[in-house]
Parts: sequence; C-alpha cells; structure tokens
Amino acid sequence: MPATDNAVPQGRDRRTRDLPPPGRERRRGEHAATSAGSRPLPPPPRDPRDTVVEFRGVSKLYGPGGVGLERATFAVRRQEMVFLVGPTGSGKSTIMRLLIKELEPTDGRIRVAGRDLSEIEHKKVPYYRRNVGVVFQDFKLLPTRTVYDNIAYALQVTGTSRKQIRATLPDILRLTGLSTKLHNYPHQLSGGEQQRVAVARAFAAHPPLLLADEPTGNLDPETSIGIMQLLYRINRAGTTVIVASHDNEMVDRMRRRVIELKRGRIVRDEASGLYGAREENTDELGERLKREAT
Amino acid sequence: MKPGFFLKESFRSIKRNALPSFAALASVLVTTLVLGVFIPVVEATNGAANDVRGRVLVDVDMTTSATPAEVARVRGELQRAPHVKGIQYVSKQQGYEQEKKRNPQAFALIGYNPLPDIFRITPDKPENSAAVRKELDQASPLGTRLVTDPAIAAVQNRQAQTNQILSATRVIKITMALLAALLVLASILLISNTIRLSLFSRRREVEVMKLVGATDWFIRWPFVLEGLFLGALGGAAAIGLLALAKVTLVDPLADTVKLISQPDMIAFPLLIAILMACAIAVSAAGSGISLRRFLKV
Repeated sequence: MPATDNAVPQGRDRRTRDLPPPGRERRRGEHAATSAGSRPLPPPPRDPRDTVVEFRGVSKLYGPGGVGLERATFAVRRQEMVFLVGPTGSGKSTIMRLLIKELEPTDGRIRVAGRDLSEIEHKKVPYYRRNVGVVFQDFKLLPTRTVYDNIAYALQVTGTSRKQIRATLPDILRLTGLSTKLHNYPHQLSGGEQQRVAVARAFAAHPPLLLADEPTGNLDPETSIGIMQLLYRINRAGTTVIVASHDNEMVDRMRRRVIELKRGRIVRDEASGLYGAREENTDELGERLKREAT
Repeated sequence: MKPGFFLKESFRSIKRNALPSFAALASVLVTTLVLGVFIPVVEATNGAANDVRGRVLVDVDMTTSATPAEVARVRGELQRAPHVKGIQYVSKQQGYEQEKKRNPQAFALIGYNPLPDIFRITPDKPENSAAVRKELDQASPLGTRLVTDPAIAAVQNRQAQTNQILSATRVIKITMALLAALLVLASILLISNTIRLSLFSRRREVEVMKLVGATDWFIRWPFVLEGLFLGALGGAAAIGLLALAKVTLVDPLADTVKLISQPDMIAFPLLIAILMACAIAVSAAGSGISLRRFLKV
C-alpha cells in the first residue's frame, strides 16, 4: 500500500482531535482512562455487572475428533481491549462465532452482558447481534452499495429513520476517516479503506461489544497500524473490543490483555499490566507502534 | 415494517442485478406463454373427447307388436334402472321417417315400416353402458339373452364402437393430463432454478445482512417484492402476447372453423386471471422460499 494512502487517515485523525468530538464519546473515553489508571492490574471480575463476556468451561467440537475449543474459561470486563492470539485452527474464530451465536457450544456456558446466549431463541438472534459489532478479515461489505449505504444498512436494520441516519453517520465517517469516500463502492477502495468501512459499520449503532476477527489479516503493516489505532480509539470511547489476530508482534506492541490459544485451549492469559502500559492517546499509540515496528 | 424502504431496496436490486432479473422475467414469460397456449388446447381437447363420449348410447328395441301401454311400462322400468341419465323415445313412425330420409330407395322397395319403437338411453357415464345393458338384458348360461321385459326385443350397446370411443378418448385424456403435469413441473423447475441462481449470487449479501442483525423478514421482504414485480411483469408481457395471438390468429379462424369455439372452452378473462395469479404467486413465493437456505446462518 502506498504511503500516501495511509497519510489521509492520519491527517484526518489529527483533525478529528481538534474538532469537538461527540459529547458521549468524550466522556466515555475519559472515564475509561481514569478507571484503568486507578487499577494497575485488572482483577478477576467480581462484580457480574462489570463483566461483558464470560466463558465458563466452553467446548466446541466440530464432528468427531475436530476440536474447536476445549473448556475455555475467561471473562472480559467492560471497556477492556482483549487480543486473542494463536495459530490458525487454535480456536480464535470459534470464540468469535460463538459470540455472535453463529455456532452453538457443545458444552459450557457463554454469557454476554449477563445474558446466557443459549437462552436467546432463534428468532431473537438478530436483535442480539445488533448489540455486537463484527469486523472480519475479508471485510464482508455489500458490493452493490456505496460506503454510505453500507454503513447506513446497519442502522436501517434496527429501524433507524433516514433523518437520524443522516444525522449520526458523519460522526462515524469522521472517526474512521472516510468522509471523502462516501459515494465510492467497495471495489473502488483500498484494502485498508474497506476495512475502515467494515469497522465503521460495526460501530455505527454504537454497540457495547465489538469483535474483530483478524481485522489486519489481509493488510500490510502500515495499514494494520491504522486499523489498530481505530479499534483502540473505539475502545477508548467506551466499547469493549475483542480482537483475534495471529500477528503476535503487533499484539505485543499494543500492550493490552492477551489470551493465547493453542489447539482450542487457553494457554496464556496475560493482563496489560505486565507490560506496564499507561493509557496513551491514539496518536501516541500509532507513533509507538510505528517506531517499534522499524 | 417500512414498505417504502423495502420497495426501494427491491427496485435497487432489480437494477443492480439486471441480468439475473431479466433471466427470471424471461423464464416467467416463457412458461406463462406456454401455459396460456396449453390450457385452452387441453380444454378444447377434453371438450371434444367428452363430446364424443356423450355419443355412447344404449338402444332398447321394443317388439314390433308392442302396445302403447307396454311402451309406457318399459319407460317406467328404464327410469327406475340404475346408471340411466337420459331416455329418448323414438317411435316407429319417427324412426321410419329418419331412415327413409337417409336411404329413400331401400325403404321404397320395402314398402312398409319394419322398425320397432326404440328407447335411446344415455348412461350416466360412458363406461356404464355395459352395465345398463346387463341390467336390462342378461346373458343366459346357454348364450341366448334373457330380456327382463317381454315387450323388449333386444338391447344393443354397439359394443365395438363404444369400446373404441372409450379407449381413444381415454388415451387422449391421459396424454393431455401427463403433458399438463410435465409442463407444470417444468415451469416450476425452471422458475425456481432461475430464482436460485440469482439468489446464489447474492448469498454473501444475505450473510452480511444477517451478521449486521437483520431479521429474516427484513431480508426477505425485498426479495419477495422483487419476485412479485418480475412475476407480474413477465406475466403481463406473456398475456399481452397471448391477447395479440388471440386477436390476430384465433378469432378470425373461429368464424370459419367451429371446432375452435367449442362450448366448454375457457373464457379469456378467466384465463388471464389464472395466468397472472400463477405468475405472481410462483415468483414471489419462489424467491421467499428459495431464500430459506441462505437465511440459515
């Protein structure tokens, strides 16, 4: 990817910071910073209200002998940013697909925001999914719609009026640096831009939980940093973010909580505290990521 | 539920998928056209076959010396007999005049009336003509016939002729039914296959919609509406062509050849209504149902 391509969102990022951001976003971001600052180590969740995602002894078998996930137990707190790492077939995607209820666990219990996923009946699944933003490696955009319509679709699904969509979309477009690409079709965009559209769509309805399955898997390092910055910014705005990635280096550099999987088992669950990370703003994160990459 | 949104969505997808849309429209058009031609043909053929079958009769010949009282008695017996639909009485005199008209020289030679009084019986079903005959005229073990009433001389059902008519019309009817079934099957397969193909190219789109949290019906409505439009359009075009063919080809012929305007031919407005309803229902239901596979995410 050419350097100029990346420069556009970069410039946008700075401008965004100068502009008064939407009030709600700002407040949430600050809250996240202070709460995390007062707690050096994220303790295991005691308060169930603070837990967004909870896996308890979850197993998923694909046919005889195919292990997708084996007795996975972990919890993700509100406003946390967690990375799932591990080689292909280690169960990252299985966790993601379990979380959007595309798959049913063979055993164990999954709770999202206190709700047991197995209790959500088939008809209610779409309503549940509206509270979970999803980003995929292959973007999964609607090829026949413009950037604007792609993002708007996520809101139309929930019955948002056209007027409301017109009012809320510019903020999301500015956040993701897509303001100039409104009327382009996905095939007219670069990979990084397409992924930004996917992130914008996932975040359009401001879901409390955002899942990203290998969001940088198809992108070069430069562009990947941009996407990571974007996810980080969304996380700081108050959204719990879970990212699956096999890019160990990138994940380490992010200095967030890491859950490592191997053949369906959780082999490592390290909190960000081990890295001694302090809260950075998005630009600082980007700078550091780039510095460390070279 | 937002009808405006769904309407816009369906139009947009027709526009964006012009080629598959056209294929669906064309397949609806062709099948409707074929059905539109075939239904009247089946109707006419069946009508003709039924007409021929209506000619199956059983003749009850009275003895030449039968008195009016005996004729009345036999008429009563016939009316009570099973499987009898209609009784037509042809008196000696009437029969003589009819036959004389047909063959004047022969009757001039004979010089007198050799004909008996006759009851022409129409059985309720052509297949029952043998039963009617048996009822009135039982075969004895010796091969002679035992007539139930002494005033009846003989009962004839023109066995060979009846059998021919029955088997010929049966073959025609079965063939027509088979053809009609095949045609309906072919239309359904063709339309559902076209719909499947055009949906298959959009299964990713459906998948994405599901991931964003769209309910099944939110996804399905535009597809159903799209099918409805294409079906209506295809149906309307086919009916237009049919009407054109009727006005230019069939109507002028109908004046000269009476066969085409058989009494029980289907009425054109009814035919139009049936075709239109079928075209719309099949395409709309087809798109909605074919989508089911892709909705299971």
